[in-house]
Amino acid sequence: MEHTQNTPELEKLPLGPDDFSPATASEKESLVIMRESVNFWADGLRRLRKNKIAMVSLFFILLIVIFAYILPSFWPYTYDQQIKYSENLSAFEYGKTELQRIEAGESVFPHICGTDKLGRDFAVRLMMATRVSLTVGIICSICVLVIGATYGAVAGFTGGLVDDIMMRFTDILYTIPDILLIILLSITLKPRIISLAETPGFEWMQKVGANLIAMFIVFALLYWVGMARITRSQVLVLKESEYVTAARALGAGSGRIIRKHLLTNCIGTLIVTTTLQIPAAIFTESYLSFLGLGVSAPMPSLGSLATDAVKGMNTYPHLLLLPAILISVTILVFNLFGDGLRDAFDPKLKN
Amino acid sequence: MSEKLLEIKDEHLSFFTPAGEVKALNGVSFSLDEGEVLGIVGESGSGKSVTAYSIMGLTAYPGRLIGGTIRFNGHQVERMSEKEFRKMRGNEVSIIFQDPMTSLNPVYTIGNQIEEVIRLHTDKSKGEARARAKELLELVGINEPDKRLKQYPHELSGGMRQRVMIAIALACEPKLLIADEPTTALDVTIQAQILELMQELRQKMGMSIIMITHDLGVVASMCERIAVMYAGHIVEYGSTDEIFYHPSHEYTKGLIGSIPKLTTEESERLVPIEGQPVDLLNPPAGCPFAPRCRSCMKVCLRRMPPKTQLSDTHYSYCWLRQKEAAEGGERA
Amino acid sequence: MSGERNLIEIQHLQQYFPAGGRGQKRRWVQAVDDVSFFIRKGETLGLVGESGCGKTTVGRTMLRLYEPTDGRILYDGEVIYDSGRCPLQNADGSPVLDENGSPKCGVKTAVDMLPFRRKMQIVFQDPYASLDPRMTIGDIVGESIDIHKLCSSKQERRERIISLLERVGLNSEHANRYPHEFSGGQRQRVGIARALAVRPEFIVCDEPVSALDVSIQAQVVNMFEDLQREMGLTYLFIAHDLSVVKHISNRIGVMYLGKLVELADSFELIAHSVHPYTRSLISAIPVADPQVARASKRIPLQGDVPSPLNPPSGCRFRTRCPYADEQCAAEVPVFREIGPGHWAACHHLDRVEGEMTPLLPVTMG
Repeated sequence: MEHTQNTPELEKLPLGPDDFSPATASEKESLVIMRESVNFWADGLRRLRKNKIAMVSLFFILLIVIFAYILPSFWPYTYDQQIKYSENLSAFEYGKTELQRIEAGESVFPHICGTDKLGRDFAVRLMMATRVSLTVGIICSICVLVIGATYGAVAGFTGGLVDDIMMRFTDILYTIPDILLIILLSITLKPRIISLAETPGFEWMQKVGANLIAMFIVFALLYWVGMARITRSQVLVLKESEYVTAARALGAGSGRIIRKHLLTNCIGTLIVTTTLQIPAAIFTESYLSFLGLGVSAPMPSLGSLATDAVKGMNTYPHLLLLPAILISVTILVFNLFGDGLRDAFDPKLKN
Repeated sequence: MSEKLLEIKDEHLSFFTPAGEVKALNGVSFSLDEGEVLGIVGESGSGKSVTAYSIMGLTAYPGRLIGGTIRFNGHQVERMSEKEFRKMRGNEVSIIFQDPMTSLNPVYTIGNQIEEVIRLHTDKSKGEARARAKELLELVGINEPDKRLKQYPHELSGGMRQRVMIAIALACEPKLLIADEPTTALDVTIQAQILELMQELRQKMGMSIIMITHDLGVVASMCERIAVMYAGHIVEYGSTDEIFYHPSHEYTKGLIGSIPKLTTEESERLVPIEGQPVDLLNPPAGCPFAPRCRSCMKVCLRRMPPKTQLSDTHYSYCWLRQKEAAEGGERA
Repeated sequence: MSGERNLIEIQHLQQYFPAGGRGQKRRWVQAVDDVSFFIRKGETLGLVGESGCGKTTVGRTMLRLYEPTDGRILYDGEVIYDSGRCPLQNADGSPVLDENGSPKCGVKTAVDMLPFRRKMQIVFQDPYASLDPRMTIGDIVGESIDIHKLCSSKQERRERIISLLERVGLNSEHANRYPHEFSGGQRQRVGIARALAVRPEFIVCDEPVSALDVSIQAQVVNMFEDLQREMGLTYLFIAHDLSVVKHISNRIGVMYLGKLVELADSFELIAHSVHPYTRSLISAIPVADPQVARASKRIPLQGDVPSPLNPPSGCRFRTRCPYADEQCAAEVPVFREIGPGHWAACHHLDRVEGEMTPLLPVTMG
């Protein structure tokens, strides 16, 4: 009963009887190609590499890191070295004594960015300031990560009343005006840290400076709230996921579930949030140092450099502009890189 | 026969994703008469929804129509602008989506959402639109329409929401209703209610329906014609009885064979289609179904089979039918 | 094939979930209420019902993935959970009485589940959500091997994983890949391999084929059948699709709003269902046969399933039941045996039976 209207078409085709013999299983299988295997990290890195903005930002971050941590060791001046008669030089200018030395045939390294009012080489101060700001940013972010992630994970994983109480506590912390608290804390903490620094074993504190330590503590105490909330919400979603239920059905304990399933699935978000926390910390540090609450002299930070320069703003604008530009660029590249990381590793935004 | 309501010829559509070109439709052709109910059956990723969406211009970036023509109700759809589409959508053609939970806006009342559609396409006043909205709710079998009009979507059950979606879709008496898996997210008893309602409405209003589903049970009771899709091809097309009682493509046969029967005493073993669905990023050169086909021949792997016309309404794309036809021809 | 021994049994199982509110005002989602059944060794019990009827909760509570609020769970004769509040039963179902002649309750028990996790396993519905996206297929399948320390060496572990993957139709190449590289059907096979890794006796199949395409669904159903035959597994097969459940099950239980309403041999349940809900459910299934579909009579159900937060008094089905009267609102119908192995909970079985017409043209044999 089947009839066909296009047999002529069939005859046009150069097909032999062999073509109508059954295909073997291997012939069929050869058609099924499995795509190349990619794991999460490789896939994320591939996406990150394709992101031009993130790669340019990463390049700048590397430059800044070299500038802050490597260059000062090779620089002929130190950040607290005051050169007499070389105060307030502009770029590539030499002071009186230095000119004499040049005339005497000595080679004197130029002050690329000039000097400040105490005759300190401004370029090295900028480097050290960047180092301080970066260190503060990174250490604070790590503190925030450790405290926030642990707190959030515990709250989310335990759930129930514990979760309620823990999260109400973070709500309270959230309502406290942070700058006010930072100011109060650094004032009250400072004498204690100074006296602590005198006890044996804590001498290193003196070098870092009481203000800086106060700042770490304040950051650690205040800024983990956001991280805790993010981690908690992630954990809440993840712990209800079927693969966690499956792991429980297999007999996995809480420790294993947290380590193998929850952490590995949160880690993308945690890395991204931490990276985005760095510029925020740098910003707050600069801001506080600008207010005079940051690092103690002679240790510079980008914010305190800016404060020092404000008074002579009209005469020596570069002393203000350079740290200001450095702050902006650092914060911008970290933010852009963080965004790139998020696009690459945070599966929620992954398309 | 009068002019066809819808005529799609050799439609090719691809999605250009970062991973490469996904060939969603590879030469889809079919037509639809006024008042006809067509079922498009296929697995996920077979292109059944994309076909229907392209009629409404809803295959936005990264999807692109790369060939073929679509004529609908006198429109040259492939040349239409977004503005023309907007005029056409909801007015001449409407769509019901699978998930009634997400296709209604949670911040507006049911009444607001129905009236909005009415006032968008007609010049009815606010009062008239409200009256029409009430009429529509009654039409789709919602009791206490006055109360429902003031409610928000979350206050309604899934079945009720799907009824509201149908009311919105029918607000302007479209010529064509596209139902994209309208009952998949619903329970069986609610599914039965909705299917009953759709049949009733079709008799009352006489519109054409394209029913997209993976459930052969749904098309068996609803549709007059069935198009079976696989990997962006219509592999078989025919009347409902032809498809169910004389399936000609190996894929259609496989689909019918893999459904468990409710009414036999001893459960005989199911006959599944082996293998996995095609990867549309690297579709096979020949018949897309070849790697999973039991009766696959050498030619199937290399070349797409031509159309075999089995009756006026029934055709399929399978080398086996070509072979039979050729042998029949030789003998004659 | 099915032995007479009950492998797993639940008695008066109740599972309420808190739904907000504190103290006196606390509200509960009554997900499962007073459900009792047993599964014989080597048998498949199907559990059907609409979404929100509690079938998934029953499955998970049996494995004590949720701690029950009341009831008793026995595995292979051993009590693995007892709330201490529900009466003990004799083998014939009559209550055990104490000296005073009042029903005796069991002792409150909640055993450590770890040894039972090797005997009871679960396969999930959603093959996308049930596999950890950061783990390779090999690690997913091997997780239970690590937890229960089933292999002494890495080599042995790897071989075991590969043999499991091959058992479910995958191959060793797949072990180092990640879940997102697989199709739904293949992921479901991974889920099955994971459950099989501990060599379980009992598997809860929680809608294992609902998310799959029809052609793939048949592959997975066949695999479940093969595994059962070869490994002597016992299944609780949960699904909303009665045709699939009918195909794979020896007996079927029908749930509605947290209650078991009917339980019988699978053919008996389809052909001679007595509960009005079961009958509507069967008639609502779209038949993939145009002539039958045109001819078959539907028993349409009005309205929607009420909220389990606030279920109707008496019989929970009464709000949608064509036979409901005052008695249904006042009394909870008893789940009783109405024929050999055929249980149902309805006040009006006589009336329902009186109006019985065959729902579908049933082909015997």
